[in-house]
Amino acid sequence: MTPELGQLALILALLLAFTQGVLPLVGAWRNNRALMAVARTAATGQAVFVTMAFLLLVWAFLQFDFSVQYVADNSNLALPWYYRIAAVWGAHEGSLLLWIFILNLWTLALAVLSRRLPEVFIARVLGVLGLVSVGFLAFIIFTSNPFMRLLPMPPDGGDLNPVLQDPGMTFHPPVLYMGYVGFSVAFAFSIAALLGGELEQAWVRWARPWTNVAWGFLSAGIVAGSWWAYAELGWGGWWFWDPVENASFMPWLVGAALIHAQAVTEKRGGLRAWTILLSIFAFSLSLLGTFLVRSGVLTSVHAFASDPKRGLFILCFLAVVVGGSLLLYALRAPKVAGGKPFSVVSRETAILIGNLMLTVAAAMVLLGTLFPLLGDALNLGKISVGPPYFGFLFTLLMIPVVLLLPFGPYLRWGKSDTPVLKRVMWRAGLAAVACAIVAALLTDGEGKAIAGTAAAVWCGFGTLLYVFKRWREMPAGRRYPAEMAGMLLAHFGVGVFLAGVLLTNALSVERDVRMSPGQTSSIGGYDFRFDGVQHTTGPNWQGDQGTVTVMRSGREIAVMHPQKRTYTRGQVQTESAINPGLFRDLYVALGEPMDRTQPEGAWALRLYDKPFVRWIWAGGLFMMLGGFFAAADRRFRTKRVAETEAVPAAALQESRA
Amino acid sequence: MSAHPFAGAHQVREKPTQRKFRNRALGALLQLGLLLFTSVSFAQAIDPLPFKDHAQEVRFQALTRELRCLVCQNENLADSNADLARDLRHEVFDLMQQGKSDDEIKQYLVDRYSDFVLYDPPVKSSTVLLWFGPLAILLAGAVVVVVTVRRRGRAAPVAMQDEKPNDEGDDW
Amino acid sequence: MSRLLPFFGFLLLVALFGFGIWWNTQHDQREVPSPLINKPAPAFVLPKLDDPSQTVSRDNLLGKPYLINVFASWCIACGEEHPVLMTQGKSIGVPIVGYNYKDAPEDAKAWLTKHGNPYDMVIADQEGRTAIDFGVYGAPESFLVDGKGVIRYKRIGPLTPEVIEKELKPAIAALAKEPAP
Repeated sequence: MTPELGQLALILALLLAFTQGVLPLVGAWRNNRALMAVARTAATGQAVFVTMAFLLLVWAFLQFDFSVQYVADNSNLALPWYYRIAAVWGAHEGSLLLWIFILNLWTLALAVLSRRLPEVFIARVLGVLGLVSVGFLAFIIFTSNPFMRLLPMPPDGGDLNPVLQDPGMTFHPPVLYMGYVGFSVAFAFSIAALLGGELEQAWVRWARPWTNVAWGFLSAGIVAGSWWAYAELGWGGWWFWDPVENASFMPWLVGAALIHAQAVTEKRGGLRAWTILLSIFAFSLSLLGTFLVRSGVLTSVHAFASDPKRGLFILCFLAVVVGGSLLLYALRAPKVAGGKPFSVVSRETAILIGNLMLTVAAAMVLLGTLFPLLGDALNLGKISVGPPYFGFLFTLLMIPVVLLLPFGPYLRWGKSDTPVLKRVMWRAGLAAVACAIVAALLTDGEGKAIAGTAAAVWCGFGTLLYVFKRWREMPAGRRYPAEMAGMLLAHFGVGVFLAGVLLTNALSVERDVRMSPGQTSSIGGYDFRFDGVQHTTGPNWQGDQGTVTVMRSGREIAVMHPQKRTYTRGQVQTESAINPGLFRDLYVALGEPMDRTQPEGAWALRLYDKPFVRWIWAGGLFMMLGGFFAAADRRFRTKRVAETEAVPAAALQESRA
Repeated sequence: MSAHPFAGAHQVREKPTQRKFRNRALGALLQLGLLLFTSVSFAQAIDPLPFKDHAQEVRFQALTRELRCLVCQNENLADSNADLARDLRHEVFDLMQQGKSDDEIKQYLVDRYSDFVLYDPPVKSSTVLLWFGPLAILLAGAVVVVVTVRRRGRAAPVAMQDEKPNDEGDDW
Repeated sequence: MSRLLPFFGFLLLVALFGFGIWWNTQHDQREVPSPLINKPAPAFVLPKLDDPSQTVSRDNLLGKPYLINVFASWCIACGEEHPVLMTQGKSIGVPIVGYNYKDAPEDAKAWLTKHGNPYDMVIADQEGRTAIDFGVYGAPESFLVDGKGVIRYKRIGPLTPEVIEKELKPAIAALAKEPAP
């Protein structure tokens, strides 16, 4: 009975979403207050029912309700309760339910926190979000129903893919979706602005905190996915430029460009059309990601089961939403360049250049990801595009961004004085060169390590220079407004990230070895002694656990336990052992016994020494914090409604021009 | 569920544990519905080979990372546990021992498996769009940026004296 | 109107995706077209399955076209293809050489005994090294080799009656029209 309730809840949610989507937009068009007021009520109603559906699915998993097909496919009696919850979003149907659930969270937050915004505007925003909800709910109900029954009910289910039975994997989709879906808010703001012709910059101030938070979550989500891949998949890698990874990275790049463009629009009035276009791009890329993962159009380790019918549905949805918004943009976007003028040496120029590089990078990733498909369409043959392409071009494109980064806070809006910039250049430059020399000596002239150190110090120290400047020049309490703190954190995070990526790349050592119990192998100055393998069990798996003792200069550093597990359905999974460290990770993966009939004999193992790998994710987390701090600035919360209501008349005239 | 006519119709060498797993009814269900790797032990990718020295090992790792495992859903030869991947790794190793260069080894595999096996797409007429497309977009965008900056710089230099911030607290 | 540029760009993208969905219904995404079409077959030398002391080489088979069918006892799809070969094997008009791929000889022989042997001869590639030269990456696969030893057609996946009618037989017929080597 309860699964049917879930289905019913979804249908009711769809009806409410339809109401939320249509009536307020009509109301805004006709200036009908009653219709506009429907928005918040409908949104609340939709949220209630979607939450109900979501919780009912969670309940079905917790209760081992194998009469529900989705539950039977993705869990079994031996699966621990925490992974049964995670299994809710472990496959296609449930992850879509998560999507719509998170969309409702954002919509509800917006409905609650936007009381000071003009009624007409917020009606349009909520209306647009309602229409997006309609698309997703329709998709779920008509093609991807998580509540489908499986009768007769099997005595036990399949299993959640063991690769997903990991805390990182539990955390990654919800956080990632908070980011993906969060861009729908910026999108809705832009569409509302286009519809209403309110082209003065106030709406951008309202949009900024929402965009920053969404981008922060997306950063965290990508970090979580990367960390999980590293910890769980056993190949010591953290990014493969796989189509689905790219699908999350493209909105991130465009989002990063967007938050900077929004700053220009808000503070200087410029780039209005570009900001709107970027917010459409960011959300479009989120939707595109949803399409790519589920349509089977691209080959990826991540892809959900593909189905042409589903693919077609999402494609139509994508065409309507994105096509419609781009058409609206073409018709209604500001035609006349607005905003204050700026000279060549100014923050605006730097942001423009940064935007250019980030957008081109996103386009490059899109091109590379879709090229195999293009190759089939244009009969160019079957081509693979992988890390050598993406990594190479991405690095090239980011060089200007890295070079400009330390100057960001020092540049003034409008026109900047060069002497202060020159000072920054000398100081950060000297620090970078000095550290690069140290790196050259320590790593024996390893090129990437030197470049990585230089780039990281250039960005990190360059950012710190501004931190010191504010400390010296401003009284306590006014040193770091939240928005600035966010900017500094994120920029510092870039430096940390660069250090992590380039140093790990340059200095990692990996070796496959064959060891008998008692033997020792060395990499990177560490000695790994293999102490044999024992049988061990877990809640839903059995396995072999190896013991590896790590020593350095004779002193014992750690004892590591890599495992090879066999899960209830026969799936075999390697659980690598990781010894984390601030400056290096040690990583051991257990392979196969050299002779399968003699598990007490020699085994194959893979040993890694990965310096600075944690800095990659630390950098990402700094960026996330930056996004959150920037959103918290008091400026975004003050009452500004009175001022903006006076402006619409002038803005409307401009839009008709 | 895949509507594909060839679903499961072309297979690669499997280990006995997987065969047993496949023969279970629910195993078939799983095959069709799941995301990510269909199980399979990573363990086989761990494959100690008798390298001459560390430099050769590093070269092997770099090379196998650039080559694609054809039977996998987007993995490279270095980290794939498929049987074919192991065979190809051994082939690459043998070719390295014979003194072949990286390019010769890649060409050897391309002759047999087509360009698909390379993760670094070759620069040829069919990939011009791929390799030079981003540059074209960059140049077009750069032109727009230059034009924008120039236009804004020329507009009323007097107006730039107006340094009044948009907002309180915006003193940076 | 540069403002319409993103819209038209997006329409192209939608067209591409629409194509992608359609293409997927027609093809197996994992099919890798062989670069060996119209190139000489690798100069292989492989032992016979039932008598390993005897070997068969490409040169032994020159003169007339033949079909190599890659199969193995562990390959489920081969089991699905097998009845088709048993019933239609003789009708295709060229000898079929069974290519046992990465299989234990006893398993292969038992499998053939159990399911029948449609092959004119069976060669064994236990290690799979020669298969790499053929660009084999799974089973079943079939290669049509002409009288001069050149690969003319490759089928990835099982031979079905439809494929035999629509692709294989026409390819063989086309060979017959060519002057004899």
